[in-house]
Amino acid sequence: MAVRVQQADFDVGAEIAALRRADPGIGAIASFIGLVRDRNDGDAVSGMTLEHYPGMTEKALEGIVDEAKRRWDIVDALVVHRVGELKPLDQIVLVVVTGAHRATAFEACEFVMDYLKTQAPFWKKETTPSGARWVEARATDDQAAERWKAG
Amino acid sequence: MSIRILYFARLREEMGIAQELLELPPGVGDINSLRAYLAARGGASSAAFAAAKAVRASVNQDLARSDTPVKSGDEIAFFPPVTGG
Repeated sequence: MAVRVQQADFDVGAEIAALRRADPGIGAIASFIGLVRDRNDGDAVSGMTLEHYPGMTEKALEGIVDEAKRRWDIVDALVVHRVGELKPLDQIVLVVVTGAHRATAFEACEFVMDYLKTQAPFWKKETTPSGARWVEARATDDQAAERWKAG
Repeated sequence: MSIRILYFARLREEMGIAQELLELPPGVGDINSLRAYLAARGGASSAAFAAAKAVRASVNQDLARSDTPVKSGDEIAFFPPVTGG
C-alpha cells in the first residue's frame, strides 16, 4: 500500500524496510519526516488536531505518488500521514522514495511533499494559550509546488 | 436527484453542519454558480461563503475549479486551503 492515513504513530525503520523489500536494485532511499513543533507564528502550540476528507485524501495522495512515478525513474514511494490529536514532538507525515540513484529519489521525495502540502485535503487546528485556531495556508507552499509545474 | 455537499475544517464550523443534501437549484451548473447560490441563501451559509473568503472545492473527490461542472448525484465538498504535511 503506497498511501496510508492513520491515527497511529509510524515506525520509520520498519516502513523503510518494508518498502525496500530487500531489492538489490535500490541504491538510494530519500525520506522526509514532518513533525509537530511547539510554536507557530510566534505563539506557543500545545497540540493540534488534524482533520481530513476520508476517501478524497487517499485518492489525492495516490494521485501524487502516481505522478512522481510518472515523472521520475524511481522504484517505489510511500506516504503515511497521521490524523487526529497530535502533540509537539509527534511525527505527522512520512514520505519515502526508493530508486537506483540519489538525485531522482531526492527530487521525487521533495515533489511529493510539495504537492501534498497544497493538494491533499488535510487541515490543522492548533491549540495556543489564546485558544484553538485553524492554521492558515502559506503562500510559500504554493510557490514550492508551482516550481514543479514546468517539469 | 440531489447533490451531497460536505464541509470541512473552518467551513464545517461556520456552517454548523458537516454535510447536507440539496436539490440542485435551477441555474446552478458549476462550482461558481453553486457557491453564489450558497452565498445568497442567508444565515450561516452567506457568512461562510462571503466573496472575500478563501474557499476551495472538490467534485466527486477531485479538486475542482470555479468552472468545474456540477450535476445531480455529485458529491461536492467545500473547505479552506489545505494545511497538511
